[in-house]
Amino acid sequence: MLINQFLLLGALLFCMGVYGVLTRKNAVMVLLSIELILNSVNINLLAFDAMNGGSDGNVFALYIIAVAAAEVGVGLAMVLLIYRNRKSISLDDLSEMKG
Amino acid sequence: MMLASDIQVAQNIGFGIIALMMILAGVGVIASRNVVHAALSLVVVMAGAAAQYVLLKAEFVAVTQVLVYIGAVMVLFLFGVMLTRAQLGKDADLNNKNAVVAAPVALLLFGVLAYVLIDGFADEKIAATTGGGAQPQDTAVISDLIFKPYLLPFWALSFVLLAAVIGAIVLARKD
Repeated sequence: MLINQFLLLGALLFCMGVYGVLTRKNAVMVLLSIELILNSVNINLLAFDAMNGGSDGNVFALYIIAVAAAEVGVGLAMVLLIYRNRKSISLDDLSEMKG
Repeated sequence: MMLASDIQVAQNIGFGIIALMMILAGVGVIASRNVVHAALSLVVVMAGAAAQYVLLKAEFVAVTQVLVYIGAVMVLFLFGVMLTRAQLGKDADLNNKNAVVAAPVALLLFGVLAYVLIDGFADEKIAATTGGGAQPQDTAVISDLIFKPYLLPFWALSFVLLAAVIGAIVLARKD
Protein backbone atom coordinates (compact mmCIF):
# COMPACT_ATOMS: atom_id res chain seq x y z
CA MET A 1 0.00 0.00 0.00
CA LEU A 2 1.23 3.49 -0.81
CA ILE A 3 1.33 5.97 2.02
CA ASN A 4 -0.20 8.58 -0.25
CA GLN A 5 -3.58 6.89 -0.41
CA PHE A 6 -3.99 7.33 3.34
CA LEU A 7 -2.57 10.86 3.34
CA LEU A 8 -4.87 11.95 0.50
CA LEU A 9 -7.88 10.45 2.28
CA GLY A 10 -6.88 12.41 5.39
CA ALA A 11 -6.43 15.61 3.36
CA LEU A 12 -9.86 15.18 1.74
CA LEU A 13 -11.57 14.62 5.11
CA PHE A 14 -9.69 17.63 6.54
CA CYS A 15 -10.90 19.90 3.74
CA MET A 16 -14.47 18.61 4.17
CA GLY A 17 -14.22 19.48 7.85
CA VAL A 18 -12.91 22.97 7.06
CA TYR A 19 -15.81 23.50 4.66
CA GLY A 20 -18.27 22.32 7.32
CA VAL A 21 -16.81 24.61 9.99
CA LEU A 22 -17.03 27.59 7.64
CA THR A 23 -20.56 26.99 6.34
CA ARG A 24 -22.58 25.50 9.17
CA LYS A 25 -24.76 27.81 11.22
CA ASN A 26 -25.77 25.34 13.93
CA ALA A 27 -23.14 25.10 16.69
CA VAL A 28 -23.57 21.32 17.05
CA MET A 29 -22.89 20.89 13.33
CA VAL A 30 -19.68 22.92 13.66
CA LEU A 31 -18.54 20.56 16.43
CA LEU A 32 -19.34 17.57 14.17
CA SER A 33 -17.13 19.07 11.45
CA ILE A 34 -14.31 19.57 13.97
CA GLU A 35 -14.52 15.85 14.76
CA LEU A 36 -14.04 15.19 11.03
CA ILE A 37 -10.84 17.27 11.11
CA LEU A 38 -9.50 15.48 14.20
CA ASN A 39 -10.14 12.08 12.59
CA SER A 40 -8.24 13.05 9.47
CA VAL A 41 -5.26 14.07 11.60
CA ASN A 42 -5.34 10.69 13.33
CA ILE A 43 -5.29 8.88 9.96
CA ASN A 44 -2.22 10.91 8.99
CA LEU A 45 -0.40 10.13 12.25
CA LEU A 46 -1.03 6.41 11.97
CA ALA A 47 -0.07 6.34 8.28
CA PHE A 48 3.30 7.93 9.00
CA ASP A 49 3.68 5.59 11.96
CA ALA A 50 3.12 2.56 9.71
CA MET A 51 5.60 3.97 7.20
CA ASN A 52 8.34 4.48 9.78
CA GLY A 53 7.65 1.26 11.66
CA GLY A 54 7.50 2.86 15.11
CA SER A 55 4.74 3.08 17.68
CA ASP A 56 5.01 6.75 18.71
CA GLY A 57 2.26 7.77 16.30
CA ASN A 58 -0.16 5.42 18.04
CA VAL A 59 0.52 7.23 21.32
CA PHE A 60 -0.11 10.62 19.70
CA ALA A 61 -3.32 9.31 18.13
CA LEU A 62 -4.55 8.07 21.51
CA TYR A 63 -3.78 11.48 23.08
CA ILE A 64 -5.67 13.21 20.27
CA ILE A 65 -8.68 10.97 20.89
CA ALA A 66 -8.60 11.91 24.59
CA VAL A 67 -8.28 15.64 23.84
CA ALA A 68 -11.13 15.38 21.33
CA ALA A 69 -13.34 13.76 23.96
CA ALA A 70 -12.58 16.58 26.42
CA GLU A 71 -13.18 19.18 23.71
CA VAL A 72 -16.58 17.72 22.82
CA GLY A 73 -17.61 17.64 26.48
CA VAL A 74 -16.77 21.29 27.11
CA GLY A 75 -18.00 22.38 23.67
CA LEU A 76 -21.41 20.79 24.08
CA ALA A 77 -21.70 22.21 27.62
CA MET A 78 -21.06 25.68 26.19
CA VAL A 79 -23.58 25.10 23.39
CA LEU A 80 -26.12 23.99 26.00
CA LEU A 81 -25.46 27.12 28.06
CA ILE A 82 -25.86 29.36 24.99
CA TYR A 83 -29.09 27.56 24.12
CA ARG A 84 -30.40 28.01 27.68
CA ASN A 85 -29.67 31.73 27.67
CA ARG A 86 -30.80 32.58 24.15
CA LYS A 87 -33.11 29.75 22.98
CA SER A 88 -31.02 29.48 19.83
CA ILE A 89 -27.67 27.96 18.86
CA SER A 90 -27.31 29.80 15.59
CA LEU A 91 -23.73 31.05 15.49
CA ASP A 92 -24.70 34.00 13.28
CA ASP A 93 -26.77 35.44 16.14
CA LEU A 94 -23.80 35.50 18.52
CA SER A 95 -22.51 38.89 17.46
CA GLU A 96 -22.07 40.82 20.72
CA MET A 97 -18.32 41.06 20.13
CA LYS A 98 -18.84 42.88 16.83
CA GLY A 99 -17.43 46.42 17.09
CA MET B 1 11.50 -4.70 -8.78
CA MET B 2 8.01 -5.00 -7.47
CA LEU B 3 7.06 -8.38 -6.06
CA ALA B 4 3.49 -9.59 -6.20
CA SER B 5 3.40 -9.60 -2.40
CA ASP B 6 4.27 -5.88 -2.36
CA ILE B 7 1.07 -4.86 -4.11
CA GLN B 8 -1.27 -6.26 -1.43
CA VAL B 9 -4.37 -6.50 -3.62
CA ALA B 10 -6.75 -7.48 -0.84
CA GLN B 11 -5.71 -4.59 1.41
CA ASN B 12 -5.97 -2.12 -1.46
CA ILE B 13 -9.48 -3.27 -2.36
CA GLY B 14 -10.47 -2.99 1.29
CA PHE B 15 -8.94 0.45 1.49
CA GLY B 16 -10.81 1.60 -1.62
CA ILE B 17 -14.20 0.40 -0.43
CA ILE B 18 -13.77 1.85 3.07
CA ALA B 19 -12.37 5.14 1.75
CA LEU B 20 -15.30 5.55 -0.66
CA MET B 21 -17.73 4.87 2.19
CA MET B 22 -15.95 7.41 4.41
CA ILE B 23 -15.96 10.10 1.71
CA LEU B 24 -19.67 9.62 0.97
CA ALA B 25 -20.49 9.73 4.67
CA GLY B 26 -18.25 12.79 5.07
CA VAL B 27 -20.25 14.56 2.36
CA GLY B 28 -23.31 13.57 4.37
CA VAL B 29 -21.86 15.23 7.48
CA ILE B 30 -21.18 18.54 5.78
CA ALA B 31 -24.15 18.62 3.37
CA SER B 32 -27.05 16.98 5.24
CA ARG B 33 -30.02 19.19 6.02
CA ASN B 34 -30.88 17.06 9.02
CA VAL B 35 -28.83 17.29 12.23
CA VAL B 36 -29.41 13.68 13.30
CA HIS B 37 -28.57 12.34 9.83
CA ALA B 38 -25.32 14.31 9.90
CA ALA B 39 -24.44 12.86 13.32
CA LEU B 40 -25.17 9.33 12.10
CA SER B 41 -23.05 9.92 8.98
CA LEU B 42 -20.22 10.89 11.31
CA VAL B 43 -20.60 7.44 12.94
CA VAL B 44 -19.92 5.88 9.52
CA VAL B 45 -16.85 8.08 9.03
CA MET B 46 -15.48 7.11 12.44
CA ALA B 47 -16.14 3.40 11.91
CA GLY B 48 -14.38 3.65 8.55
CA ALA B 49 -11.47 5.42 10.21
CA ALA B 50 -11.26 2.58 12.74
CA ALA B 51 -11.12 0.09 9.86
CA GLN B 52 -8.33 2.12 8.24
CA TYR B 53 -6.42 2.02 11.53
CA VAL B 54 -6.61 -1.78 11.41
CA LEU B 55 -5.20 -1.67 7.87
CA LEU B 56 -2.41 0.53 9.27
CA LYS B 57 -1.61 -2.08 11.94
CA ALA B 58 -2.87 0.07 14.83
CA GLU B 59 -5.42 -2.28 16.38
CA PHE B 60 -5.34 -0.70 19.83
CA VAL B 61 -6.10 2.76 18.45
CA ALA B 62 -8.88 1.25 16.31
CA VAL B 63 -10.54 -0.33 19.36
CA THR B 64 -10.12 2.91 21.32
CA GLN B 65 -11.67 4.82 18.42
CA VAL B 66 -14.72 2.56 18.48
CA LEU B 67 -15.06 2.76 22.28
CA VAL B 68 -14.45 6.48 22.75
CA TYR B 69 -15.78 8.02 19.53
CA ILE B 70 -18.63 5.76 18.46
CA GLY B 71 -19.49 4.74 22.00
CA ALA B 72 -19.12 7.94 24.01
CA VAL B 73 -18.69 11.01 21.82
CA MET B 74 -21.58 10.20 19.50
CA VAL B 75 -23.93 9.62 22.43
CA LEU B 76 -22.83 13.02 23.74
CA PHE B 77 -23.57 14.57 20.34
CA LEU B 78 -27.02 13.00 20.16
CA PHE B 79 -27.72 14.29 23.67
CA GLY B 80 -26.55 17.72 22.51
CA VAL B 81 -28.92 17.59 19.54
CA MET B 82 -31.74 16.49 21.79
CA LEU B 83 -31.17 19.06 24.55
CA THR B 84 -30.76 22.00 22.18
CA ARG B 85 -33.96 20.95 20.43
CA ALA B 86 -32.54 21.47 16.99
CA GLN B 87 -35.30 20.70 14.53
CA LEU B 88 -35.21 16.95 14.11
CA GLY B 89 -36.71 17.07 10.63
CA LYS B 90 -35.36 18.91 7.64
CA ASP B 91 -33.91 22.28 8.51
CA ALA B 92 -33.43 24.61 5.57
CA ASP B 93 -31.67 27.15 7.77
CA LEU B 94 -28.65 25.03 8.71
CA ASN B 95 -26.08 26.77 6.52
CA ASN B 96 -25.05 30.40 6.45
CA LYS B 97 -24.12 32.49 3.46
CA ASN B 98 -20.43 31.58 3.61
CA ALA B 99 -20.61 28.67 1.15
CA VAL B 100 -19.51 30.92 -1.70
CA VAL B 101 -16.27 31.64 0.17
CA ALA B 102 -15.87 28.30 1.95
CA ALA B 103 -16.02 26.08 -1.15
CA PRO B 104 -13.09 27.78 -2.93
CA VAL B 105 -11.12 27.85 0.34
CA ALA B 106 -11.65 24.13 0.92
CA LEU B 107 -10.93 23.22 -2.71
CA LEU B 108 -7.78 25.35 -2.79
CA LEU B 109 -6.61 23.82 0.49
CA PHE B 110 -7.17 20.32 -0.88
CA GLY B 111 -5.39 21.22 -4.09
CA VAL B 112 -2.33 22.50 -2.25
CA LEU B 113 -2.29 19.54 0.14
CA ALA B 114 -2.70 17.00 -2.68
CA TYR B 115 0.06 18.66 -4.72
CA VAL B 116 2.47 18.65 -1.78
CA LEU B 117 1.67 15.06 -0.81
CA ILE B 118 1.97 13.67 -4.34
CA ASP B 119 5.14 15.68 -4.85
CA GLY B 120 6.68 14.65 -1.52
CA PHE B 121 5.66 11.00 -1.10
CA ALA B 122 5.45 9.88 -4.72
CA ASP B 123 5.68 6.09 -4.22
CA GLU B 124 6.71 5.64 -0.61
CA LYS B 125 5.23 2.41 0.66
CA ILE B 126 3.92 1.27 3.98
CA ALA B 127 6.00 -1.69 5.08
CA ALA B 128 4.16 -4.90 4.30
CA THR B 129 2.76 -6.79 7.25
CA THR B 130 4.99 -9.64 8.27
CA GLY B 131 3.35 -12.60 9.89
CA GLY B 132 -0.35 -13.05 10.47
CA GLY B 133 -2.03 -9.81 11.46
CA ALA B 134 -1.91 -8.31 14.93
CA GLN B 135 1.04 -9.05 17.14
CA PRO B 136 0.05 -9.36 20.78
CA GLN B 137 3.06 -7.38 21.95
CA ASP B 138 2.06 -4.26 20.00
CA THR B 139 -0.22 -3.01 22.77
CA ALA B 140 2.53 -3.68 25.29
CA VAL B 141 4.87 -1.50 23.21
CA ILE B 142 2.31 1.32 23.20
CA SER B 143 1.83 1.10 26.96
CA ASP B 144 5.61 1.15 27.47
CA LEU B 145 5.77 4.31 25.36
CA ILE B 146 2.90 6.00 27.22
CA PHE B 147 4.26 5.27 30.68
CA LYS B 148 7.96 5.87 29.96
CA PRO B 149 8.91 8.58 27.41
CA TYR B 150 5.42 10.10 27.10
CA LEU B 151 4.55 10.08 30.80
CA LEU B 152 4.60 13.87 31.22
CA PRO B 153 2.12 14.49 28.38
CA PHE B 154 0.01 11.70 29.85
CA TRP B 155 -0.14 13.55 33.18
CA ALA B 156 -0.94 16.81 31.42
CA LEU B 157 -3.70 15.04 29.52
CA SER B 158 -5.11 13.67 32.76
CA PHE B 159 -5.36 17.21 34.11
CA VAL B 160 -6.94 18.41 30.86
CA LEU B 161 -9.59 15.69 31.12
CA LEU B 162 -10.22 16.48 34.79
CA ALA B 163 -10.54 20.19 34.03
CA ALA B 164 -12.85 19.41 31.10
CA VAL B 165 -15.09 17.21 33.25
CA ILE B 166 -15.32 19.83 36.01
CA GLY B 167 -15.78 22.63 33.48
CA ALA B 168 -18.54 20.79 31.66
CA ILE B 169 -20.38 20.13 34.93
CA VAL B 170 -20.04 23.76 36.07
CA LEU B 171 -21.17 25.10 32.69
CA ALA B 172 -24.13 22.80 32.16
CA ARG B 173 -25.41 22.78 35.77
CA LYS B 174 -28.83 24.32 36.27
CA ASP B 175 -29.09 26.98 39.01
